[in-house]
Amino acid sequence: MKYVVLIYSNPMSRRIWASLSGAQRAEGLAYYAALNQALAESGELIVTEALASEDNAKRVSVHEGITTTTDGPFAEAKEHLAGFYLLECEHMDRAIEIASEVPEAEYGLVEVRPVMELSDFDV
Amino acid sequence: MTDSSIDGILRAQAPQVLTAVVRKYGDFDSSEDAVQEALLAASEQWPTQGVPDNPRAWLITVASRRRIATLRSESARRRREEAAFALAPLDTEPAAASDDTLTLFLLCCHPALTRPSQVALTLRAVGGLTTAEIARAFLVPEGTIAQRISRAKQRIKATGAAFGLPSDAERPARITAVLEVMYLIFNEGYTATSGAHLHRVELTAEAFRLTRQLHELLPGDGEVAGLLALMLLTDARRPARLRSDGALVPLAEQDRARWDRDAIAEGIALLTNALATAPIGPYQLQAAIAAVHDEAHRAEDTDWPQILALYDHLKVLAPGPMVTLNRIVALAMVHGPQAGLAELDRAGADPALAGHHRVDAVRAHLLELAGDRAGARRCYESAARRTLSLPEQRYLRSRAARLV
Repeated sequence: MKYVVLIYSNPMSRRIWASLSGAQRAEGLAYYAALNQALAESGELIVTEALASEDNAKRVSVHEGITTTTDGPFAEAKEHLAGFYLLECEHMDRAIEIASEVPEAEYGLVEVRPVMELSDFDV
Repeated sequence: MTDSSIDGILRAQAPQVLTAVVRKYGDFDSSEDAVQEALLAASEQWPTQGVPDNPRAWLITVASRRRIATLRSESARRRREEAAFALAPLDTEPAAASDDTLTLFLLCCHPALTRPSQVALTLRAVGGLTTAEIARAFLVPEGTIAQRISRAKQRIKATGAAFGLPSDAERPARITAVLEVMYLIFNEGYTATSGAHLHRVELTAEAFRLTRQLHELLPGDGEVAGLLALMLLTDARRPARLRSDGALVPLAEQDRARWDRDAIAEGIALLTNALATAPIGPYQLQAAIAAVHDEAHRAEDTDWPQILALYDHLKVLAPGPMVTLNRIVALAMVHGPQAGLAELDRAGADPALAGHHRVDAVRAHLLELAGDRAGARRCYESAARRTLSLPEQRYLRSRAARLV
């Protein structure tokens, strides 16, 4: 079963990150590196990426075949997607266990979503 | 010789080559890697250089060389020992090949391994598939499968499992695990996607090949025969299961003229023999249910009382949420939708089924039979929102749309 773990940032988590010392940030990044390594070794990690700041986001819209872009972030959104994992786990409980190891889970900013499967079923 | 017939030779030889190398060097982990390298070398060389006269001897020799090369790089002390080993003549025709293949099946489905690891290791070590082929079949990156296999082998090593048959007391449970892995591979092969078809190994065919092999090794085992019969009786409907647009066709609406009558005949013959000669088990019962469906030339000819009786047995022998739900559908076909709905209310309170989308899907079906179109539509929509299967979602949405 594939699962996506979505990691969000919000004003509070951004303030916390901004307040950290260089050493603390390095520690945080090392924690992520270790987590990624462990998930790669268990064969559960398919891909993980940290996203560039929402300041770099482009909103894309197509009207009558013409594509226009506007700069993000979306004014109304306080929470932004900051990164994600695509995992291959045995079941939801295991995906939740992994998600709970993501530091942002302490602030309620981590979400697990099962990926739709292509497998058939008996009609 | 075509690439696909070379693949066939390689896959057929894989378990015997591996067991010969394991017998010689004793270490399953490194031997399995060496055999995988030999198979890859063969798949690169044979298409241009031709298939050797004795493919098995070729593979065993190449795998042994790889195995020795690994040992050489490991330690100088071992090098001396293994060089002496290498001078010994190669036993390319193992005496107890069939027992060895069974041992391999049981080792790959060792209880210390997770289910996905058992599947990956069985396909590679017994099935002779490459890591890349397994990864493509399951639509995951090659690294994921490679890690899964290497971890599985580490776990086997850690448990200290010897390369030999388990005790008689342990055997039935171990064989059950192998059957579950076979069934999982078979079901996975039903994947409805067509996107990457060209490069995907046909998992259903692999499941058939491996289960047939297991049946040859254990001809008297009723559950092995039962599983093979179940696969045949299910796969026989494949030509009628999909519409041209890829949408699933429910059993009741399938064009039964397109069912594979030869597969049905083979499945029924296997099942009849198993039921007469071996203790009954869950796979035989499921095969019997499939057989009753397959024997009905029109959906309305289905012998539902017999299906219900079989589900009653199955519920005792191998209870589970899906058995409960399927039995309720049979019950409704025999005693009417209201009887089914009443039973479903009771079953839905079971924690294993509470909130499961299949409960809503069955309720929708029964409400539709009872003539409650609005209620049925709501339940189909609710089931569609909660399923994780894309083809199932399409199917449930189309059922809901018919009731608007």
